[in-house]
Amino acid sequence: MLEAVDLTVRHDQLEALSGVSLSLSAGDTVAIIGANGAGKSTLLRTIAGLHRPTAGRVRLDGTDITDLPVHARVAAGLAMVPEGRRLFASLSLEENLLVGAGRQRPDGWTVERVFALFPWMGERRRQPTIHLSGGEQQAVAIGRALLSNPRVLLLDELSLGLAPAVVGRLYDALPELLGSGMSVLLVEQDVTQALRVASTVHCLLEGRITLSGSPRDLTPAAVEAAYFGLASRPGRGGS
Amino acid sequence: MQWVNALLQGVLLGGLYALFACGLSLLFGVMRVVNLAHGDFAVLAAYLALAVITGIHLPLLWSPLVVAPLFGVVGYGVQRFVLQRSLDVSPLTTLLVTFGLSIVLQNAMLEGFSANSHSLPSGSLASGAFRLTPQLAVGHASLIVFGAAVVAIAVIQVFLSRTSTGRRIRAAADDPEAASLTGTNVRHVFGIAAAIAFASVALAGIAFGSYSSFDPGSGPQRLIFAFEAVVIGGVGSLWGTLLGGVILGVAQALGAQVDSGFGVLAGHLVFLAVLALRPNGLIQARLT
Amino acid sequence: MARSRRPPTVTALLSTVVVLALVSAPYVVYADITSLLVNLFILLVLATTWNLLAGYAGLISVGQQAYVGIGAYTVLVLAQNGVSPYLAIPVAAAVCAAAALPISLLVFRLRNEYFAIGTWVVAEALLLIAVRFPSLGGGTGASLPGLSGFDPALRQAFTYWAALAVVVATLVGAYLLLRSRVGLDLTAIRDDEVGAASVGVRVSRAKRIVYLAAAAGGGAAGALLAVSQLNVLAGNVFSVQWSAYMIFVAVIGGVGTIEGPILGTAIFFTLQHTLAQNGAWYLILVGGIAVVVAMYAPRGLWGLVADRFDLRLFPVGYYLHDERVEPP
Repeated sequence: MLEAVDLTVRHDQLEALSGVSLSLSAGDTVAIIGANGAGKSTLLRTIAGLHRPTAGRVRLDGTDITDLPVHARVAAGLAMVPEGRRLFASLSLEENLLVGAGRQRPDGWTVERVFALFPWMGERRRQPTIHLSGGEQQAVAIGRALLSNPRVLLLDELSLGLAPAVVGRLYDALPELLGSGMSVLLVEQDVTQALRVASTVHCLLEGRITLSGSPRDLTPAAVEAAYFGLASRPGRGGS
Repeated sequence: MQWVNALLQGVLLGGLYALFACGLSLLFGVMRVVNLAHGDFAVLAAYLALAVITGIHLPLLWSPLVVAPLFGVVGYGVQRFVLQRSLDVSPLTTLLVTFGLSIVLQNAMLEGFSANSHSLPSGSLASGAFRLTPQLAVGHASLIVFGAAVVAIAVIQVFLSRTSTGRRIRAAADDPEAASLTGTNVRHVFGIAAAIAFASVALAGIAFGSYSSFDPGSGPQRLIFAFEAVVIGGVGSLWGTLLGGVILGVAQALGAQVDSGFGVLAGHLVFLAVLALRPNGLIQARLT
Repeated sequence: MARSRRPPTVTALLSTVVVLALVSAPYVVYADITSLLVNLFILLVLATTWNLLAGYAGLISVGQQAYVGIGAYTVLVLAQNGVSPYLAIPVAAAVCAAAALPISLLVFRLRNEYFAIGTWVVAEALLLIAVRFPSLGGGTGASLPGLSGFDPALRQAFTYWAALAVVVATLVGAYLLLRSRVGLDLTAIRDDEVGAASVGVRVSRAKRIVYLAAAAGGGAAGALLAVSQLNVLAGNVFSVQWSAYMIFVAVIGGVGTIEGPILGTAIFFTLQHTLAQNGAWYLILVGGIAVVVAMYAPRGLWGLVADRFDLRLFPVGYYLHDERVEPP
């Protein structure tokens, strides 16, 4: 469904991504892990359209979207929950959700359905979002992205600044999102959480994928080696 | 009694200033653009209205129906092709660019329309008035202008708070990048906001032109008054702009009562006082 | 990292030659040429000071004409009280620097766009105050006493030399200011204001010094205006048109360098005089050029030239002379 082919992104003299390729099929949950500065967010942001790649293509359902502006990709079915929530301060909770509303589908996401997923939202719908806790804001940000009824959901560092219990609850809600064949590509600092929810994991180091595989098949040692770039025993499915 | 009359006239004058100011406030609240050519566009609208009125014999009150939409289109174009480009360079570039535009417009109007002053033929509107008491009169024209200001601000406010485009405009004003991630075409919605702002400028220009005479150089003074109204009332609040306009109008009217040449200066002094004592204006709000 | 480059010896030689040539001008050319040059010098002083404000202190002012006016009126008042107008020129500069201090306390409360229009309102207010004094000419202007005894050619020459002295002092002063500690502070502020403050740069102080210096420059320009026109008219000296000229010149030439305003003034002047017959067209053209340059060549025309040829006639920056560090 989503394909990134040979993506290279250069910021001035720094190559943030070097020839990264990955793919996603309907219903997949793929996680990208790696240390700070490894290029995880850059990868996600490039797929979302916030960065122009120096080389490489991005394809959604076979259509090349590399040259599409950000807002057009949302219409095409790609939505991102950005790092740091980025809710709109002058809009109420409900308005924040509604901004995301795009094409409506009969079995698609609506404000009511988001309220059903996160019941506490209903009575706070008119409140400004700046008074919400970090976890609540993250939920609103997710709801906002869901309302565009995406086929592919990009999650950038969901756990940033949140308590582990809160993060756990958010990721617990993930399976409900995948109901209609939606796939999720997530970037995560918290390796444990990532391994728990994903069917495939890629590890990035200095702009390159150093390890790919299903969490079952990867040993902690292999992950650690790929994460930190230590030359050590190869893990299963390693590169 | 003269003072009460002056107060009344000042309040009504405030309506005109608020009409000028709401476009400026919208552009700044949404895009952080201070359009130094704001007053000159208003004067251009007055000239255009004059051309339309004399050219096809359209009554004054109908001229906004022609000029305002035209200005809306102009505003959209100016935003997308000039202001957006300057914003991409740096926020302060817009200041330089709009200043340049201001001078270009003034001199182009000078070349095109000569330096003579004109005014819009308002016929019976100019002289008609409601007599409240033997000493107090409220001119029909001033009342219409004040009403237009209130309606314009109310309409814009409702548009921003109740429609999906208005929501997207507010979202883009808060965080353009996050807004684009929700599928909002930020450049386009900024263009819409500019179109609305420019349409209000057209109304203000026509109102001004029927109130008093105008010439190509009248723009900067209008800009200053509009700006003072925005700052006094509080940036980011459209109703605050109305309040600011009224306060400015009253200051000028009362100042003129003291001494006929003192009016405008009184307004400046009030502005500078607000600046010194309460720089964020009287109403502090987000653009909601 | 090396300290600022020394100015090329070319600059020192060229400057000396140019200045000497200019000094001898009244002996060599007619008064209409020197009078033209006086106007050019006034513009260059204004553009240089505006450029200091905008390019180095990050303060975009649309109200510098306030100091042009104060400077002109200072000369008028002093001349009316028997002081020689030429001696009044430096006094006008000092008066403006002094006036700028309380004004800065007010306008510095504003940021960016608000600062710009706030300074404009201050100038407008001063205009309205000035016209209320009939002894200063009210709204119709006052002629400048004290110079009628001079032979016209001599007066013209003295005015010219005064203007030359002011413009040289302004350029040299700007150059020295920027190479001083204040200049270093300003460069830090320009790059990252918060960062600069956090390492102890006194941001407000640096900005205020520049604001006062620019006011002094504006005052000197206003004083020269009074002396060359022999007349002070409020609507002229406090006009926002001066800001238009300053801004266009600085933007077209290049904000943030000393050479920029020089180039910009030359271009502006040429355009003004070749198109003078066509009324306001030169302003439309200059305004249009300024708009295009601001959008597409933010460092101005000098910026384009300097980058292309790596030329710095008045170097005020710091340069890295090490090899480029390659990424691992």
